[in-house]
Amino acid sequence: MNRDKVIKVRNLVKKFGSFVANDNLSFDVYEGEIFGFLGANGAGKTTAIRILTGLSEPTSGEVMVAGFDARRQPEEIKKNIGYMCQKFSLYEDLTIRENIMLYGGIYGLDRNTIRERTGQLLDKLRFSEYGDRLISSLPLGVKQKLAFAVAVFHKPKIVFLDEPTGGVDPLTRRQFWEMIYETASGGITVFVTTHYMDEAEYCDRVSIMNEGRIEALDTPAELKRLYNAATVEEVFVKIARPGANSKKENADNNRIV
Amino acid sequence: MKPYSEIMPKAIESSGICKSFGDTKALNDITFNINEGEIFGFIGPDGAGKTTLFRIITTLLLPDSGSMTILGLDSTVGYKKLRENMGYMPGRFSLYLDLTVEENLNFYASVFGTTVKKNFELISDIYSHIEPFRTRPAGKLSGGMKQKLALSCALIHRPRLLVLDEPTTGVDAVSRTEFWALLRKLKQYGITIVVSTPYMDEAMRCDRVALIQDGQMLSIDSPQNVRDGFSRKLFSARAGDKYRLLLALRDYPGTLSVYPFGDSIHLTLSEEKPGRQLSEYLSEKGINDATIVETEAGIEDRFLELMGMDEIKNP
Repeated sequence: MNRDKVIKVRNLVKKFGSFVANDNLSFDVYEGEIFGFLGANGAGKTTAIRILTGLSEPTSGEVMVAGFDARRQPEEIKKNIGYMCQKFSLYEDLTIRENIMLYGGIYGLDRNTIRERTGQLLDKLRFSEYGDRLISSLPLGVKQKLAFAVAVFHKPKIVFLDEPTGGVDPLTRRQFWEMIYETASGGITVFVTTHYMDEAEYCDRVSIMNEGRIEALDTPAELKRLYNAATVEEVFVKIARPGANSKKENADNNRIV
Repeated sequence: MKPYSEIMPKAIESSGICKSFGDTKALNDITFNINEGEIFGFIGPDGAGKTTLFRIITTLLLPDSGSMTILGLDSTVGYKKLRENMGYMPGRFSLYLDLTVEENLNFYASVFGTTVKKNFELISDIYSHIEPFRTRPAGKLSGGMKQKLALSCALIHRPRLLVLDEPTTGVDAVSRTEFWALLRKLKQYGITIVVSTPYMDEAMRCDRVALIQDGQMLSIDSPQNVRDGFSRKLFSARAGDKYRLLLALRDYPGTLSVYPFGDSIHLTLSEEKPGRQLSEYLSEKGINDATIVETEAGIEDRFLELMGMDEIKNP
């Protein structure tokens, strides 16, 4: 592929004491791509995301995000990425407008830009009449869509979404994914984790982690072909529970989780 | 005396339950029956009212109006007796974090006047997964292990009714499948299992389900019947550029509803079936590789239809 690499990871290792949370990860993520980052609970996804977002230092290996080195330039990375997680990341006791202004200010946008983009954002989300409402008064689905809009407000090169759709209704989940498509088609890379396996099918490529390693990385169609599976969920099961037919092995795997 | 199941085949009979918190109507006229020995699922998003309903079922909260009979007893009068026969696993982990796995289990057994040994058969399968960590404080367990400990504690007094509030939320797809297999095994002991989940795909694992949204029941039936309730012909559309196809279909005059669904797009039409008009329209939009075939509706399709929002073409 000739597209620009927004994330470049080579031989990333992260250890906590003797525990290897990330075991020699190597992968690239391209500009404008929707990249699904899947894995069982405890597979090492959160550790990897913390490194990619400049919050944690790798034990060894090379990690470049948005053109910056995760070890030497974590602050530069933070300025050039957006982040949202399932646990809501806006301030409940501020209004929608105040939250947007706060985030715009933190990311160093000037007053005029903030004002202009706030108007555009509220129009686009059809939140214009909600602008002065407190976050705490909003339904979960509205909050999640807003949190995503705020995470890309400063037009980062890449946005990290950590289980963004957990618990939201099926309609909002679909609207949320349309926002993801729109964001990616505008050139922003979307790096997303989810436990909804149908959402994995929406991604351009997905990686599947197990016990600290990336066991598979390809387009959903190619993964299904390689693993002779009808859905990404089947691929996931085959990778996360290789001994699922043997009861004992299965129990052993459970112990690690 | 006759066996209990003969005189009372219903585990729960709920009629017209309402509950408000200030101006918020959390539950509005909730009526349902749950048969003894079945796995009954409440399926709905966050904020639907699932947890409020479960707090009423577990006698922790009084409804504003309506009545609920559980295991043959009025829930507001017979709550002391009911609690002895009920196991409850709340959505939030609420065991003692500073007690070990073993201590938590022994504590719960003793509160219910029993011993771990007496009912061990019931939990042996689940407990075998956490036994290697029996001396570890509960606060130091991983999410999956906490879940198994909480389930063990909810079962240790051999309840007749097991109430599980979102046991699989935030749990990966494989562990969720395994958890449902555990519930299937428990059902064999004759335990009635009431479970809530925001994951629509889990509905298929229940004997019967209730779809719930904004405090209201949308549908109660077997999962298959819920799916069969989908009222129109459903089509599945695919193309190389899925997003472009979605936007094009949304603007097509004959489209009634269109949503992304996994690796395809689900579509209902005012026309009988996709014909030349639609393919010409797509060609005009520069989409020449689209395939559209009829498909079977899933629980989620039906849920969207029942939400009454499926005809909003531009959400």
